[in-house]
Amino acid sequence: MKLLLENAHIEGIRYYEAYRKHGGYRSVEKALKMTPDEIVEEVKKSGLRGRGGAGFPTGMKWSFLAKPEGVPRHLVCNADESEPGTFKDRYLMEFLPHLLIEGLIVSSFALGSNATYIYIRGEYAWIPDILEQAIAEAKNNGWLGKNIQNSGFDCEIYVQRGGGAYICGEETALIESLEGKRGNPRIKPPFPAIAGLWMRPTVVNNVETLAAVVPIINMGGEEYGKLGVGRSTGTKLMSACGNLNKPGVYEIPFDLTVEEFIFSDEYCGGIPNGKRLKACIPGGSSVPILPTNLLLKDSKGEARQMNYESLSEGGFATGTMLGSGGFIVLDEDQCVVRHTMSLARFYNHESCGQCSPCREGTGWMYKILKNIEYGKGRKEDIDLLWDIQRRIEGNTICPLGDAAAWPVAAAIRHFRDEFEWHIDHAEEAQTRNFGLAHYADPLPVVTA
Amino acid sequence: MIQFSEEKFKKAQEIIARYPEGKQKSALIPLLHLAQEEFGGWLDVPVMDYVAGLLHILPIEVYEVATFYTMFNMKPVGKYVLEVCQTGPCMLRGSDQIIDHIKNKLGIKAGETTADGLFTLKPAECLGACGYAPMMQLGKHFKEHLTTEKVDTILDELRAAAKN
Repeated sequence: MKLLLENAHIEGIRYYEAYRKHGGYRSVEKALKMTPDEIVEEVKKSGLRGRGGAGFPTGMKWSFLAKPEGVPRHLVCNADESEPGTFKDRYLMEFLPHLLIEGLIVSSFALGSNATYIYIRGEYAWIPDILEQAIAEAKNNGWLGKNIQNSGFDCEIYVQRGGGAYICGEETALIESLEGKRGNPRIKPPFPAIAGLWMRPTVVNNVETLAAVVPIINMGGEEYGKLGVGRSTGTKLMSACGNLNKPGVYEIPFDLTVEEFIFSDEYCGGIPNGKRLKACIPGGSSVPILPTNLLLKDSKGEARQMNYESLSEGGFATGTMLGSGGFIVLDEDQCVVRHTMSLARFYNHESCGQCSPCREGTGWMYKILKNIEYGKGRKEDIDLLWDIQRRIEGNTICPLGDAAAWPVAAAIRHFRDEFEWHIDHAEEAQTRNFGLAHYADPLPVVTA
Repeated sequence: MIQFSEEKFKKAQEIIARYPEGKQKSALIPLLHLAQEEFGGWLDVPVMDYVAGLLHILPIEVYEVATFYTMFNMKPVGKYVLEVCQTGPCMLRGSDQIIDHIKNKLGIKAGETTADGLFTLKPAECLGACGYAPMMQLGKHFKEHLTTEKVDTILDELRAAAKN
């Protein structure tokens, strides 16, 4: 069952007329007849969890918002999608801009935000035009502006482009950037719900999270909460990439198995050129990489499913995370050392430089991995890498430190022999890859 | 003298008006994008000073922001900046070969500009097109599903466009 992308392929759905004709803005009509607290209650009941990566319950986040008398509050939409492997919000904004705008209006009403900002990553340079067109159409039809639909509620939505910094996806760095400053994360507390944008109470939510508010209001929080598995309710957008026959954005039910997602024709259609699956990073580049055998089955031998609980089963020893839904697949020809080096370079490049464990540590990790990749590794480098990542994790103001540490830790944890081979066979490693070794169990066959 | 065109100036005023009274500094990043578009693809010091004046903030407040964000060029760049993604998901789909091909074809290293001032190669970190990799950003838009042949076509087209 699709809740977000159901209408994505209807011609002209990007524009108001078609969007409205297919049931668009119904949730606003419904919401404006409710009280803001009732809307927050519906979102709580739905069990919706933040789709940006952290998975924090949205209704709870909303209920933390301070409401001091006479102080404006703000809703900020986090469209800074920058986690490698993640491109689902881009898809949503490009093809269903009105769905986001609709979700923003309902959420702004629930939170009492008269000026709502969409902070979009600067590289998505053509998308603000699409969003601004949708905003103008919504305004012309009375869904935005003063006294929307005669409700007495005023609402404006503005789009701001970032400048190309991964760190601005972290909510306090995003707020700093929105204030026209460097994207240095703030020390919490105070949390944005108390003192956020311009030190006013602020809620920052991901694009997909805010779009999900539309089906929640339309069908009711309780019905929404019945979909899914356990504490993973509703549906999830996955952006699949890497060595797949059909990479792209998919809306999945949470009881889908990982195996079916990768191999069935309905989803990614398997690995190209008859190659075998070596490893996968299922939730954006910062979550732990898993070799095939741990990916497809959890530690109890159950088929792993695409939801928060199942993917994290076994903790970091044998599990990983759903994260942002950036699903990166590596086939048998890929080198885990080189791939990890590329991610280490990414996090080194994106560290804001505020905390020394992250600023220095990410650089050290990248250099050491580069040495190993280019045949200059030493045996003790593997333990050194392990040591550095352990000293970054948990020792920084924001989670970028953890995000940089985890990929390195998981690669060593599960692919240590590949790192050792790289070091022991420095010359050979320049001409061929380690390959599959024992990482994959015999390939399971899925019949769609 | 550094000054926005009438159209860009109007746009700048419109952006500044999006923020509450006294919070005009919030318009800084959008204004730097406008300035970079208007003044040759990079931000020279007088350009940043001009933006500081528009927002009634200190020049240092602009410098510290401009140098933080990778999209702002602190040095002159070619007419076309080829920003080729090199992060994991693109690497898995052959971005290394695309970058090497561009280096060989144009005879420049990463970060350099061709002698004719036409092309700058700027390897980039994840641009959010992982499912359509390998890719590069060219101005406002993405070029996706790149192959070496496709890169050749793009370069030829840009050369032709530059002549007109």
